[in-house]
Amino acid sequence: MTARPIIELRNLSKSFGAVQALRGIDATIREGEFFSLLGPSGCGKTTLLRMIAGFEAPSGGSIVIDGKPMDGIPANHRPTNMVFQSYAIFPHLSVAGNVGYGLKRKKLSRAEIAAEVEAALEKVDLAGYGSRAAHELSGGQRQRVALARALVMRPKVVLLDEPLSALDKKLREQMQVELRALQQSLGITFILVTHDQEEALIMSDRIAVMFDGQIAQMASPEELYRTPRTRRVASFIGVMNFLPARMKGESPEGIEIDIPALGSARIPRDRVPEGLRPERIESIGIRPEMLTILFDEANSAEREAEGQVVANSYYGDMTYYDVRLAGQEAQVTISMRNTAGRSVARPGTTVRVGWGAESVVLFD
Amino acid sequence: MAGARRGPNWLLVYAVAYMVFLYAPVVLLPLFAFNDATIVAFPLSGFTTKWFTVLWETEALHGAVRNSLIVAVSSALIATMLGASAARAMARYRFPAKKGIVGFIMLPLVLPEIIVAVALLVMLMQLGLSLSLWTVVAGHVLICTPFAIAILSSAFQGLDQSLEEASLDLGESRWGTFRRVTLPLVMPGVVSSLLITFTISLDEFIIAFFLTGTDVTLPVYIWSQLRFPSKLPSIMALGAILLALSVLLLVLAEWFRRRAAARQGKDATAAGGLL
Ligand SMILES: Nc1ncnc2c1ncn2[C@@H]1O[C@H](COP(=O)(O)OP(=O)(O)OP(=O)(O)O)[C@@H](O)[C@H]1O
Ligand SMILES: [Mg+2]
Repeated sequence: MTARPIIELRNLSKSFGAVQALRGIDATIREGEFFSLLGPSGCGKTTLLRMIAGFEAPSGGSIVIDGKPMDGIPANHRPTNMVFQSYAIFPHLSVAGNVGYGLKRKKLSRAEIAAEVEAALEKVDLAGYGSRAAHELSGGQRQRVALARALVMRPKVVLLDEPLSALDKKLREQMQVELRALQQSLGITFILVTHDQEEALIMSDRIAVMFDGQIAQMASPEELYRTPRTRRVASFIGVMNFLPARMKGESPEGIEIDIPALGSARIPRDRVPEGLRPERIESIGIRPEMLTILFDEANSAEREAEGQVVANSYYGDMTYYDVRLAGQEAQVTISMRNTAGRSVARPGTTVRVGWGAESVVLFD
Repeated sequence: MAGARRGPNWLLVYAVAYMVFLYAPVVLLPLFAFNDATIVAFPLSGFTTKWFTVLWETEALHGAVRNSLIVAVSSALIATMLGASAARAMARYRFPAKKGIVGFIMLPLVLPEIIVAVALLVMLMQLGLSLSLWTVVAGHVLICTPFAIAILSSAFQGLDQSLEEASLDLGESRWGTFRRVTLPLVMPGVVSSLLITFTISLDEFIIAFFLTGTDVTLPVYIWSQLRFPSKLPSIMALGAILLALSVLLLVLAEWFRRRAAARQGKDATAAGGLL
């Protein structure tokens, strides 16, 4: 994607008294992109979003939206609209009154406003709900009204602060798909704040993972999952097995790694992150689905190790096994798709574990 | 159940006695207002509306009513506006010495009115200002504002800040946000505040007595008439009218508040209120 930048954050920082909420945030968000800010509670996601919206002034650095510096420009003059975590539906107005709220200031006739409102409600699947009172809506419907209210303003960027966190699991999963589809069809830039890594992976074009007021890594969901740059990012996104390891040697084709629990392997160059200092490697990561339990005598893998099942968790379609690797203290989690005619291995069973060099993740 | 009862239910007796003590004098007002006798005493002698006619024909009373309305309406409006500003600041902002400042604003609530009145009088004299209805308004604003703040701060405290932010975010100005979001949402509180401060100002006597010039307010007028026993029944009639008006105002305010609560889907009884 080579779309032009819509938001540029340059060395942005924010302090609340002694609390430094954000430090040195640099990011470029592209037009039409679904961008997520992902991080644990208190890492500064909301603060960053509120600074883009114009509710907080930066302590340092600059925000440029659509080529215009935003210093001193208040929220009501920015080309952004926000969906609040609490939805902030005006309780004294009807659904139509809420959605048409911002249009009142634009010079539109009553009929034009009504048409725009109805069109926006249609986009979020709430056609015909205009006359409902705000308190007659379910949680999911309130969320849609908040979204319609933002979209009707035709913003350059829609800002969403944990918009789905108040919904139950099923509705949340449904809304994730719908929200993503809506964003794709409209082509408007969305910036989503979430602490749910799965949600970020499902919905985003790119994700910025934040810890302690800084961006730890910014990448596409796939890149983030496959090649997390630090241990912290790796353990925040999905499940990751960490195993002690050491570099044995380096060659133009790759790095020779010794992983006592599994064996040794040559990691191809393209799996070695830029700027990594191989001599400082202390551990490697490997995802549960990249390890296989070789149930069948006939099965084989590129590399194999011996282990013993310690525990299993049955999920229906999948089973997660905790396996202690032979002769080592190391324990790994392995996920296996359940198939017909194969029963779940009981704790105590000795198994062969298969793995491949290209699935090993390296970080400092 | 009945077996558990021994003797009279003292709690009930107490409750009834309490209500009688509280409301019997109030009931006497309309009773004597329609009593056909110059002397306010039992037994009642007959039905008449002539005391109301007397009121209608007393010019000085009309002046006092007008003065009182001017003072009460002005005091209620000013106190409610000041109260709304203070309540919003208390709910929204953090500033140095906040507790101390709030304490000072609320102080007139517990100060004896006579002290406030005398202090104000002395100060006005020192400043060389002449007494008028406006000096009474100033005094009433002083004692009404704490009530307005007390009522309005719960309204502003309950207001979700993100609603105002959402309005700004949708392109509305600060003033527009206040008019279109903040004000409608705190309106029940504003109405309560206007009503209570109006009532406080309307029947306030001490400050009005000290600070008024030649234009007297209703309570001061009534006090001046009490010296003449013959005027007593017509004062009773006046009291009856005021009583009816107060009840009407209260009912109106409560109806307004409940309607607002119902429109926002809140439980009117849970939202707190006057009644
Ligand atoms: N108005 C404020 N005054 C003082 N400190 C604040 C303020 N707003 C945020 N902070 C602090 O800044 C830090 C970042 O807060 P922020 O709300 O951005 O976190 P977050 O990532 O959105 O967390 P969560 O997932 O819990 O919403 C926190 O340490 C918080 O205590
Ligand atoms: Mg947050």
